[in-house]
Amino acid sequence: MAQLTTANRMASLRAAPSFGERIDLPRRVVFLAAASMIGIVVLLLGFITWQGLQLFLKDGVPVTQVLSSTWQPDSTSPDVTFGLLPFIAGTVFVTAVALLISTPLSVGLALFLSEVAPRWARAIVQPALEIFVGIPSVVWGWLGITILVPFLSDTFHHDLALSLPVVGEVFRAPGFLTGFSWLAGSLVLSIMVLPTITSVSFDAFRAIPQELRTGSLALGTTRWQTIRHILIPAALPGVLTAVVLGMTRAAGEALAVQMVIGNTPVMPQAISQPVTTLTSQITLDMGNTVFGEPWQDALWTMSLVLLIISVASVVLVRVINKRRMAS
Amino acid sequence: MTATATSAGSGSRGPAPSLRHRPSGGSILADRAATVVLWGTGVFVLLLLGAIILHFAMAAWGVVSLSFVLDDPSDAALGGIMPVLWNSVYMLALTMLIAVPVGILGGIYMSEYAGDNAVTSAIRFAEEAISSVPSIVVGLFGLILFVDNFHMGFTALGGALALTLFNLPLMTRLSEQALRAVPQDERSASLALGATKWQTIRHVVLPLAIPGLVTGVILTAGRVFGEAAVLLFTSGIGTPAHYDFANLDLTNPASPWSPFRPATTLSVYIWKLQSEGLGAFKNQIVDGSAAILISMVLVFNLGARLVGRLLTRKLTAA
Repeated sequence: MAQLTTANRMASLRAAPSFGERIDLPRRVVFLAAASMIGIVVLLLGFITWQGLQLFLKDGVPVTQVLSSTWQPDSTSPDVTFGLLPFIAGTVFVTAVALLISTPLSVGLALFLSEVAPRWARAIVQPALEIFVGIPSVVWGWLGITILVPFLSDTFHHDLALSLPVVGEVFRAPGFLTGFSWLAGSLVLSIMVLPTITSVSFDAFRAIPQELRTGSLALGTTRWQTIRHILIPAALPGVLTAVVLGMTRAAGEALAVQMVIGNTPVMPQAISQPVTTLTSQITLDMGNTVFGEPWQDALWTMSLVLLIISVASVVLVRVINKRRMAS
Repeated sequence: MTATATSAGSGSRGPAPSLRHRPSGGSILADRAATVVLWGTGVFVLLLLGAIILHFAMAAWGVVSLSFVLDDPSDAALGGIMPVLWNSVYMLALTMLIAVPVGILGGIYMSEYAGDNAVTSAIRFAEEAISSVPSIVVGLFGLILFVDNFHMGFTALGGALALTLFNLPLMTRLSEQALRAVPQDERSASLALGATKWQTIRHVVLPLAIPGLVTGVILTAGRVFGEAAVLLFTSGIGTPAHYDFANLDLTNPASPWSPFRPATTLSVYIWKLQSEGLGAFKNQIVDGSAAILISMVLVFNLGARLVGRLLTRKLTAA
């Protein structure tokens, strides 16, 4: 060490030494710490994929059956069927409605924070959002059970029907029987993903060069015209990323959804109806099944589906951002 | 600045400013309406948070007391939540004991060593992938790895390890950000004095990054404290018993200090009570527990800000 020449020292200033150059213990330790995450991902993908495939490999359940809509996992029943479609459809539909509610609200909030809010308002709203992030999912679920679910069943208990004198009934929306429903799940989720979509969209709006705003306003546009025709198109990849991240969080959320969704394995048809999701069913059944039995293997297949959704969304975010870099 | 430009536009009503040939009066009306709606989103969030905090303050009134925090659970009376609260704190400590060093070391690699190469992008991909995996799937991974493969059963250690690998990406990223915020000049100055890279990191970069690192630790802790889905199938959902804190034998599953015992945390307890609890006081217990969880979240959040600010002032003043 004491023998370092100036040239050596200059070299270490320029770049970190490569692996072979010398045994650099600290470097190896910190590298191991960072690379451990690769190991975790490989193990996680490996174990979940292996377990998730047991339903097909060991139990011999055909793929076509898994894609059916009948869920009859109890081995004592005469026709055991592992149709996962109600869970996949439930996850997709509950997430979709949650995003439909949350995206306009979150993007509006991001625009408010980045374009409209004076400094003092931002200083209040941003910490409030951070507190939203920190509220645990069981607490959201409990709020859903104690406030949202009773509200839905009390307010919209009866079918909403529209009848015309001669034609008869033209429209009917089924009422909420218990309040535990698709809509309750989507509403809880929409609040839970609000901070995610807001903060990522906010970053996208902040990243737009100031010249675009001043240039647009100098042409005589109003602030809303600037937002609508300049800022939103410019930030679109970032906003898309935000929505995908929100989707990932919504599709993977387990306990809050399970608490308000009603947990009924049927194909979703009305938002007032109790349905179920992949995460809800895993949460409910995992503890009641035995390791290795087909019922539990079906739960592992569900978790494999969830894993595929989340890895696909990571790839999707990368594609969106790569396109942004390229353009 | 945007505000002055807008008001100037609306004041003069000069030549049509529209991008798509809209009448000027309509676009100004649309602008006003948009401003009201955007303010509305901000007000909505504040009202919602205020309502939630008020709701739990009222729900916890008459439930949360010193005995609620310090007593064992009881079927006959309101009882307390001491064992599950202890488990939450214990699991938090155990998780942070592993996650903080590994996360900070990983952050050092990503900030100080990582080059622009395939390994770095693989680590980044892994970081993003773990962050996006649903917590319930991480819990299942813990179940198959620790409970089934290592035959550990439901243990606090298994739960803490699952929590660690779930939160490692967050801790690593926050550490990396804290380290990157240290000005490059500090590193150059240290290296120019003849310090090695590691000496520079250890004696110059790390001390300067402490405020950011502490904030990262507290934010991660807040997330660990409320997590439940990861723990359902790793540290167990058993009914908590009375804990004898005089039992210091770490290998004895009966000791509350032992990592080799099932440990139901406060969040898991809330889930368990609402899903299968039948007791007369179920709702009050859950309300009280949720109020405690919410206040801990507030404490962690304010703590992260306060400690970060204090440390920055102290370190920069010295």
